[in-house]
Amino acid sequence: MKLTLHVWRQNSPTDAGRFESYTAADISEDMSFLEMLDQVNEQLIADGIEPIQFEHDCREGICGSCGVMIDGRAHGPQRGTATCQLHMRQYSDGDEITIEPWRAAGFPVIKDLVVDRSAFDRIIESGGYVSVPTGAAPDANLIPVPKETADRAMDAATCIGCGACVAACPNGAAQLFTAAKVSQLNMLPQGRPEKLERVANMVDTMEQFFGSCTNVRECEASCPKEISIDFIAMMNRDYLRSRFSSNGA
Amino acid sequence: MSTTQQPPRADSRTPAEQQATAKRPAAVRYSTWAFEFYRSALGKKYVMAITGVIGMAYIFGHMIGNLKIFISPESIDAYGEWLRESLLYPILPHQVALWGIRLVLIAALVLHVHAAYALTVINRRARPVKYQTSRDYIAADFAARTMRWTGIIVLLFIGYHLADFTWGWFNPGFERGSVYRNAVASLSNPVVALFYITANLALGVHLYHGAWSLFQSLGVSRPRFNRWRRVFATAFAVVTIGGFISVPLAVLLGIVE
Ligand code: HEM
Ligand code: FES
Repeated sequence: MKLTLHVWRQNSPTDAGRFESYTAADISEDMSFLEMLDQVNEQLIADGIEPIQFEHDCREGICGSCGVMIDGRAHGPQRGTATCQLHMRQYSDGDEITIEPWRAAGFPVIKDLVVDRSAFDRIIESGGYVSVPTGAAPDANLIPVPKETADRAMDAATCIGCGACVAACPNGAAQLFTAAKVSQLNMLPQGRPEKLERVANMVDTMEQFFGSCTNVRECEASCPKEISIDFIAMMNRDYLRSRFSSNGA
Repeated sequence: MSTTQQPPRADSRTPAEQQATAKRPAAVRYSTWAFEFYRSALGKKYVMAITGVIGMAYIFGHMIGNLKIFISPESIDAYGEWLRESLLYPILPHQVALWGIRLVLIAALVLHVHAAYALTVINRRARPVKYQTSRDYIAADFAARTMRWTGIIVLLFIGYHLADFTWGWFNPGFERGSVYRNAVASLSNPVVALFYITANLALGVHLYHGAWSLFQSLGVSRPRFNRWRRVFATAFAVVTIGGFISVPLAVLLGIVE
């Protein structure tokens, strides 16, 4: 099939940027969205035009590198799917596709569709881990965890940090990412000792970069891992406790 | 547990990132917990939700009281008199309970609007460059996306409403305490009646989202029961606003005169 792409091109963080239109010819429906871009890029290189910069790594929906805004939706039209897992069978001959980078103060554009997501690293650094004392590794089953709790913690832990929640949010808020990263640890016995300190520090760091949640649920609907906003409520609850407990952060 | 605060290494930050952080310095710590809590955006959301609940409790009672207009002029006038003079009397002197309620409502409104304003500023700043093409929203509904506008309509309405019925500025032939007479005098003007109806519909849209949203903001979430939050918010908005607009409608239709 043959498609028309309108792609955001921006040379540097300070460049104003603009849309450029390209033709994507001979696209097979079995290609992934990124393979389609690869093919367009080969054509651009052949034509002496600088190829479109986009981020990718695993191409199997687990690393979180590849997010872009496709026709006004984070990761494109298919729910629960990262851009690299989107396939061209979603499109038909003659379609026009508009591709933009994530837009948020916390995610400045580096070039074209590539944004700097290191604000997420700052959030993780401020508490998204468990402090482990040195010594022999403990026995795996020493700490019993109820199956249901383990499952819910795992649901939160499926977050790949792609930033679609921020990109999709009308407020540019990072609540779903932060809530998932707080909750995956706060629900488990290993994470509990640092629970209140963790939530206070991670929320404070989040608020330095991102907007404020108004519960519109666009994040949940755009998340390639379909992480629930229930974790946001959980984070809010833990944050309140952290502020009102005497030994909290 | 001093392990959580790792000082960010200067060289680990890209120039773009330093720019993003530089715009918004980390909150300065105040010694008092209430201040510090309100300084955070999450704290402001708690305040919005709590003041929203106060407002909801008030408007629900207000709506029930208004329905006395359908019983008789004497019934609603006596009710107004009781609210002003006899609420909690003789435990409290005349009018003390009334002023207590007024002060709580004023404080709640000021905090609610201030938090709404402050968070709106933060949210504008969080996306300095807008998407250049139109968004295709999946979950964000009309009510959620218009909270600021419906809020402003409600705020303007509250001002007009007080000037109309409490201070009597806009009320033709205003008589303090003659609740029934004043209501009919004002709402007999179709323009005023339609304004009341429109403003109440805006409040209904505000509450359709707000009465759901507050559970999330307050961290009230139990996966098994969460679908009832939507049912509650819809029912609350429909019942409260239905009750309110029944009065101007009845005056417009000549049922109350
Ligand atoms: C009768 C008066 C009002 C009532 C009962 C009311 C009720 C509520 C409730 C229950 C919420 C949800 C709170 C949350 O989830 O955090 C809310 C949110 C909000 N209100 Fe109001 N409100 C009223 C007036 C106003 C006014 C006058 C304004 C502004 C001028 C306003 C602006 C907002 C905004 C911007 C939100 C945030 C939306 C969100 O975060 O979901 N409200 N309101
Ligand atoms: S490239 Fe790894 S998630 Fe898409």
